[in-house]
Amino acid sequence: MNPATKPIDIQPAAHLRLVSDRAGEASGIQLSGVSKTYRTRDGDVPSLRPLDFHINDGEFFVVVGPSGCGKSTLLKLISGLLPPTSGEILVEGEKVTTPHGNVGIVFQNALLLPWRNILGNVMLPIDMKRLPRQQYFDRAKSLLKLVGLDGFEKKLPWQLSGGMQQRASICRALVHDPKIMLMDEPFGALDALTRERMNVELMRIQRETRKTVLLITHSIPEAVFLADRVLVMTERPGAVAAIYDVPLPRPRSLDVMADPVFTELVQRVRKHFFSKGALD
Amino acid sequence: MAEPKPQNAVSKMLNAAWVRPFLFLVFIVVAWDLSIRLFRIPAYQIPSPLDVVAVLRTEWPELLRQSWPTTYATVCGFLLSALFGIPVAMLIAGSKTVESYVYPLLVFSQSVPKIAIAPLFVVWFGFGIIPKVISAFLLGFFPVVVSAVQGFKSVDPDMVDLARAMQGSRFQVFRAVNLPHALPAIFSGLKVSVTLAVVGAVVGEFVGSNSGIGYVMQRSIGTFDLPTMFAALVILALLGVVLFWIVDRIEKLVIPWHVSQREDVIFAS
Repeated sequence: MNPATKPIDIQPAAHLRLVSDRAGEASGIQLSGVSKTYRTRDGDVPSLRPLDFHINDGEFFVVVGPSGCGKSTLLKLISGLLPPTSGEILVEGEKVTTPHGNVGIVFQNALLLPWRNILGNVMLPIDMKRLPRQQYFDRAKSLLKLVGLDGFEKKLPWQLSGGMQQRASICRALVHDPKIMLMDEPFGALDALTRERMNVELMRIQRETRKTVLLITHSIPEAVFLADRVLVMTERPGAVAAIYDVPLPRPRSLDVMADPVFTELVQRVRKHFFSKGALD
Repeated sequence: MAEPKPQNAVSKMLNAAWVRPFLFLVFIVVAWDLSIRLFRIPAYQIPSPLDVVAVLRTEWPELLRQSWPTTYATVCGFLLSALFGIPVAMLIAGSKTVESYVYPLLVFSQSVPKIAIAPLFVVWFGFGIIPKVISAFLLGFFPVVVSAVQGFKSVDPDMVDLARAMQGSRFQVFRAVNLPHALPAIFSGLKVSVTLAVVGAVVGEFVGSNSGIGYVMQRSIGTFDLPTMFAALVILALLGVVLFWIVDRIEKLVIPWHVSQREDVIFAS
């Protein structure tokens, strides 16, 4: 489904409604009763309480929650790096047990390998998946062009600014053409100005590539600005506090932050955290 | 050939990496000579630099001949410590079980004075090259392991996760991420190791050998031939420097991307 064609003429209060969308379980990401408990020497540490939700194909899905609520665990579960303690995860209707490679991951730090040049770093998933390098060079280069890094292919990571490094890591997440992009606070390490610009750019990239995006963030305005839907998580052990539809039209510009719908949604999401201490 | 910019050539030469330590060395030698004259230190306690240079000149062929076995033992011992040290570090960093069994014992073994047990190797392996190689290996091994373990362990787990999520096999991830990441640490271990391997080889020669620089040193101490002993020391120091320099060169070739290898801004004085 194309998020740009989502109906925008909904009733005024529709964005405050709790949404439970279960359409098309064979596509997108389906979590049913997924929980995670870490076994340590000091006993079991519950990280996620059973989660049930569905992320549609091509949706921009944003998770907000306090520190240590298991957001990063969620990301590892969906990418198949960790097995869930209970429940099951379906990606494109396939049960996830081991890394399935149908994801691209972007972390808070760009995590580029300092010994590979930018193009080499973008090609990392191709090497890991043993795909033919020659066929993907052009794709890697056009992705770098898409994020405005053409001409930097032969540079080493340290020669680029933080924002540019993060763009390169987005290219790396897209080069093997996965269905899903998992982003763990991708712009958390950038300065506020760069961050806003990157958000606008990320929306453009998502619109052009039609990827399903699961983005984790601490910033409520960022969440509302980017998302088709926002999932609010509770404190550890994490659970779904609420899921909000964001009925703002696309394409969005930064001006949307002045929209009453936007500010109201931000307020509404913020209340989840201020009823029980601050969001840190 | 005429030099178009003599000014530049001079300042370039003064900025060359070897000039400053060389100047410092000259300073030390002068201070050495002066203090012997000033405090009237007898030659049987500390020889004068000129005597040492004289020995180096006259005994050059003999010293060179004796430095081959030492070099050979050092290089063999060093290569063995790299050959065993890096895989052992991989095992220790890769498996908690191996770490818990092996690492404490390894540290414990380091507190055994190798010089004290060196005679044992002579008992076991005779007076040949083997005791020297083993002694060099034992001294060079530990720094390689410690540095390499630290290098392998300091990999960002997110980076490994990222590669694993792309369905990289364990070996692929290791080759693409862990190993290159550990190389700077491994090389710093190798640099310590190579200088210690020189010490190890000499210790091996002290306790039971009839060749090598260590043997020359012991013999000259026995006859109070201090200039020869000091000449042997100079040879040993040179050996250490050259081997260190070789490892350093290799490091520059292997990890040109590392922070420590990036081109510095050159300040003209």
